[in-house]
Amino acid sequence: MDQGLNHRIRRRLLKAGHFIGLFLAMSLICIPGLWVVLNSFRPTVEIMAKPPVWIPSELNLDNYRAMFGGIGEGGVPVLTYFWNSLVISLTSTVIALLVGMAGGYAFARYRIPGKSAIFVGLMVTRAVPGVALSLPLFILYGRLGIIDTHFGMILVYVALNVPFTIWLIDGFFRQVPKELAEAAEIDGCTRWQAFWKVEFPVARAGIASAGIFAFLTSWNEYALASQLTRSLNSKTMPVGLMDFTSQFTLNWGGMCALAVLMIIPALVLTFLVQKHLIAGLTFGGVKG
Amino acid sequence: MADVVLRNVVKNYGAVPVVHAINLDIAHGEFVVLVGPSGCGKSTTLRMIAGLEAISGGTVQIGERVVNDLPPRDRNISMVFQNYALYPHMSVRENLGFSLHIAKRSRADIEKAVAEAAEILSLTPLLDRKPGQLSGGQRQRVAMGRAIVRHPDVFLFDEPLSNLDAKLRTQMRVEIKRLHQKVGTTIIYVTHDQIEAMTLADRIVIMRDGHIVQIGTPLDVFERPVNAFVATFIGSPPMNLLPATVTGGALRLSDGTPIPLPPGLSAREGQAVHFGVRADNIMPEGHAMPPTAHMTHVEMPVTLTEPLGTETLLFGTLSGTEVQAKMLNPRPVRTGEVLRFGIALDKCHLFDAETGASLRV
Repeated sequence: MDQGLNHRIRRRLLKAGHFIGLFLAMSLICIPGLWVVLNSFRPTVEIMAKPPVWIPSELNLDNYRAMFGGIGEGGVPVLTYFWNSLVISLTSTVIALLVGMAGGYAFARYRIPGKSAIFVGLMVTRAVPGVALSLPLFILYGRLGIIDTHFGMILVYVALNVPFTIWLIDGFFRQVPKELAEAAEIDGCTRWQAFWKVEFPVARAGIASAGIFAFLTSWNEYALASQLTRSLNSKTMPVGLMDFTSQFTLNWGGMCALAVLMIIPALVLTFLVQKHLIAGLTFGGVKG
Repeated sequence: MADVVLRNVVKNYGAVPVVHAINLDIAHGEFVVLVGPSGCGKSTTLRMIAGLEAISGGTVQIGERVVNDLPPRDRNISMVFQNYALYPHMSVRENLGFSLHIAKRSRADIEKAVAEAAEILSLTPLLDRKPGQLSGGQRQRVAMGRAIVRHPDVFLFDEPLSNLDAKLRTQMRVEIKRLHQKVGTTIIYVTHDQIEAMTLADRIVIMRDGHIVQIGTPLDVFERPVNAFVATFIGSPPMNLLPATVTGGALRLSDGTPIPLPPGLSAREGQAVHFGVRADNIMPEGHAMPPTAHMTHVEMPVTLTEPLGTETLLFGTLSGTEVQAKMLNPRPVRTGEVLRFGIALDKCHLFDAETGASLRV
């Protein structure tokens, strides 16, 4: 009886500890984001107040209004940045996925001499910090005349994402039993049909998750974009954030408002494919 | 429907030969089982017939056509895989109809064919489920359904039952046999399980190390194995093999126990042989088959018993070799008890000790 009680108390304590731990971890992840959202709705005075004001006294859309307003009223060309970001991220994601699927499939299914060396080579490219490439890229792009173009940025992001998509998609195709394609071939498919009708749909969840990762990488990338974009031609949203800095002031409210606009599409996309994402990340468990 | 002919079929992986110039004639409507230990080349042979594996030499003919260079889709075959290979993203209905859908058959045609196959395999209530929601046996039936929907010339089965539990395996074995009786299509079936081979086959093809060792009806290979490998591979428990020498027109086991030479066997004086006797032909006195004309007797201590209900398997040691014997109408036997066993000599075998070849004339 006594022992049972002890056991119960201990279990409750453990559970409470578990919750507190989770709460702290989640706070660490969420509070900066919430702070950004909160700041986008309040005046600079309150943002800069010391000690910090946690509960806002007033929420308004002034920062957003100003951001979309004309130049001189604190406005920035949000829609152009948004369009640039969207075009560059989506196009580079689609290309990275296509290359990733071709490469991942080849790695998963075919015997290639020196396969593991090539694979390690791909992974090593991930170890190079992107910024380290910015100067060589800048010079190269300058000579080619593709600085400040969508094409140039798409190229960079494809190069950045392809090793990762190949690696991820290879893993997913490995988990699709090769008998599925064989069965499809016996059922009358060509090799190509077997891929699109059977192997691709089965690995779709994994490919979707690779797509999200690639998209978010391009969408959020700042270091290279800040070097390789100049003007409204190709400036992306992360680079656009710098429009809120001037020699002596920093418009935190405006910056946060633009940041919120940046977060929204990423959130929407993640929600849309969330089911796939989870299925993709726990692929092993859902094999038919 | 068609016959299948293999002529000098060879498969090499790089420089390593895995199938050595095998010849096999399978008649239209026949149920042939390829059986052998793992790595014997039986699955590779099947995959070459299916077109999933390139043929390194020789020809494979299905019906009138040499199919060596035809892709699987043009061979009009269907195959059931060991892991079923059901398309996990499609319902049972879509799985069954997939091949017809690819062949661009009309919707009504597909529905009719699917309904028919589902009826044969009692899958009708499961048509709208996904493979993930089915039990092992149900998946197995869907895989078979997918194979029969197309009315292929030949069915290929690649160890289709090895992922099922023992009870279900017995059940599905019966269903496969029934299916063959119903549709009458040529079936080539690969297994490593000799019981499956015995129960299903019209003819068994026993393979080892890329060679065909023996082809024959189940009774043929059971009663007249061409060598010691077949003798121990087919039949359960495996045939007992005792080293012996032919001396003075009789056999002498390695410890000197004399055994008369079984009838119908030819052995040279002084030849080293293996004396082969199945558990069914060595039984303790009083618990045996009626004595035949050619009986001999040995005494042997029992080291272990395995009661199976209607019979008990007795393990004993004869001239230093473990021997399994059968006891009909069993009574309890103590370990260490010495029993007198009768051996039905006319059912026994002799194999050359060196080559393993049968010495039956």
